[in-house]
Amino acid sequence: MHALYTAIFEPGFFASPQVHVAVSIGAVVAVVSAVTGVFTVMRGQSFAGHALGDVSAAGGSGALLIGLSPLAGFVGLGVIGSAVMDLIGVQRLRGRDLATGIVLGAAIGLSALFIHLTSISSSITGVTQQILFGSIFAVTPGTLPVVTALGVIALAVLGTVGRPLLLSTVSPDIAAARGVPVRVVGLLYMLALAVSVGLSSLVVGAILSTALLIGPPAAALRLTRRMAWAQLTACLIGVLATWLGVLLAYDSYYWGASHESLPVSFFVVAIIFVGYLASGLRVARGRRCSRPS
Amino acid sequence: MTDIAEHAILNVDQVSVALSGRQILDQVSFTVGAGQFTGLIGPNGAGKTTLLRVILGLQRPSAGSVSVLGKPLSGRQQAVGYVPQKVQLDPDMPVRARDLVALGIDGNRYGLRLRPAWRSEAVREMLHAVDADRFADARVGDLSGGEQQRVLIAHALISRPRLLLLDEPLANLDLRSGQEIVSLLARIAREQQIAVLLSAHEMNPLLPVMDRVVYLAAGRAASGTTAEVITSPVLSSLYGYQVDVLHVHGRVLVVAGAGEQV
Ligand SMILES: Nc1ncnc2c1ncn2[C@@H]1O[C@H](COP(=O)(O)OP(=O)(O)OP(=O)(O)O)[C@@H](O)[C@H]1O
Ligand SMILES: [Mg+2]
Repeated sequence: MHALYTAIFEPGFFASPQVHVAVSIGAVVAVVSAVTGVFTVMRGQSFAGHALGDVSAAGGSGALLIGLSPLAGFVGLGVIGSAVMDLIGVQRLRGRDLATGIVLGAAIGLSALFIHLTSISSSITGVTQQILFGSIFAVTPGTLPVVTALGVIALAVLGTVGRPLLLSTVSPDIAAARGVPVRVVGLLYMLALAVSVGLSSLVVGAILSTALLIGPPAAALRLTRRMAWAQLTACLIGVLATWLGVLLAYDSYYWGASHESLPVSFFVVAIIFVGYLASGLRVARGRRCSRPS
Repeated sequence: MTDIAEHAILNVDQVSVALSGRQILDQVSFTVGAGQFTGLIGPNGAGKTTLLRVILGLQRPSAGSVSVLGKPLSGRQQAVGYVPQKVQLDPDMPVRARDLVALGIDGNRYGLRLRPAWRSEAVREMLHAVDADRFADARVGDLSGGEQQRVLIAHALISRPRLLLLDEPLANLDLRSGQEIVSLLARIAREQQIAVLLSAHEMNPLLPVMDRVVYLAAGRAASGTTAEVITSPVLSSLYGYQVDVLHVHGRVLVVAGAGEQV
């Protein structure tokens, strides 16, 4: 029994301050990503979410280059990027792909430049890894209040515009006819999306932030028929995947002889992927058994 | 029909719309009174959707004005219910029929909802009224076109609008479902004194219930009772060429005439 316990929780897991920070930040970020992501999936904007991840990467690497915290860059440039994408037509289906693609290309180019400059001009090691694939064990405890505050803001925005946003997702025409300012509501959602992508860049990295944003909601949407349940389920899947990812990454230090931990983001994304596949199995079975007559 | 002016819910006055330099609507005027079922009839591209969007304030007219309950365009959204021509309901959306109807109550309000509106008696009654109780718990995206149509009508009606605008609600319904929806709407219009304006390119399914008709062609409109409007001289002057109106077994056929210019 004890052997099993130590096999699951390798020595020092619960005592490690890095683990405490990682687990707390991971939970906050997973919840924000899940709540935002349900709307993202419903609005068919996962590509836009991904492009914002790339914008975050440019922001994070730029921030490092000028000596700021990556989080400031992740969120700051993401917010600007989302407003620009909104302006050049993410709202329209046709304009959406184009705007997203253009922003995405520019962002990756900038990241390449910033990362290169940072790694030649400073002593910071592993910049590429940190920006693109996350560095949750390197996050300082002082970051937690900032992350929580940003997360609360994003959730508050979504909580406020939730119903008008849902109505304009179902039908922009109906929403507009009911007096919903569809453009403004859409822009507020884009800003919340930028914050949520910026935060998850911290945990799983800018490139992989889409996985945390889209994966849990996509699985949840297969499992439930109700908005509130979808969001709750997505939160559970996201938090579980993040915590399990942190645990496995911590444990992986003890797996090989080389004593090198594997990246958290790999585990988080792998768990989400498996979760998504599993939700598909559940749906396939459900469809066959309980097709309404 | 003398008291229409006093009971007018909708007043469309000399509305013109030009889009990309093309005149879509040309000085269209008509009124719709409380409890009246009005058909907005016209061929494809006649400007039916455009006219409804102008009434909703979604499209600005280049000239003319619209008033609902005597008030101009802004701040009257509660009074108008709308069922658009095209609504893409994605099967992946976690929205049940009763959720969509509930959004008709509070979908335009901000903040969190403490008591789920879909639990309310009003939603249940509304679903029952449009004969949608059977699929109340199904995802709207999984429903058939006709079932979705009923749910969208319920969504529009639940906010108790004084004016209900429906854009081609019969387009993808079979004959029987179409008849059911039409008589349902006619009953609601009468009972709740709602003004219903329903667009269609085919008027025959509406003949039994239509109190008045607004006929759109070539951007211009003629309105009145069917007996007044659906006549060869009126339609010929709308279309700008000879049009014959034939009555066959209680149905009305509008056909291009022998080719003489009017
Ligand atoms: N943005 C636009 N720019 C230019 N022309 C437009 C625009 N929107 C609509 N039109 C034109 O206006 C005309 C009227 O369109 P509308 O959609 O109102 O017709 P409709 O009567 O609803 O037709 P249908 O029965 O096919 O739904 C059409 O010829 C259409 O091509
Ligand atoms: Mg139309």
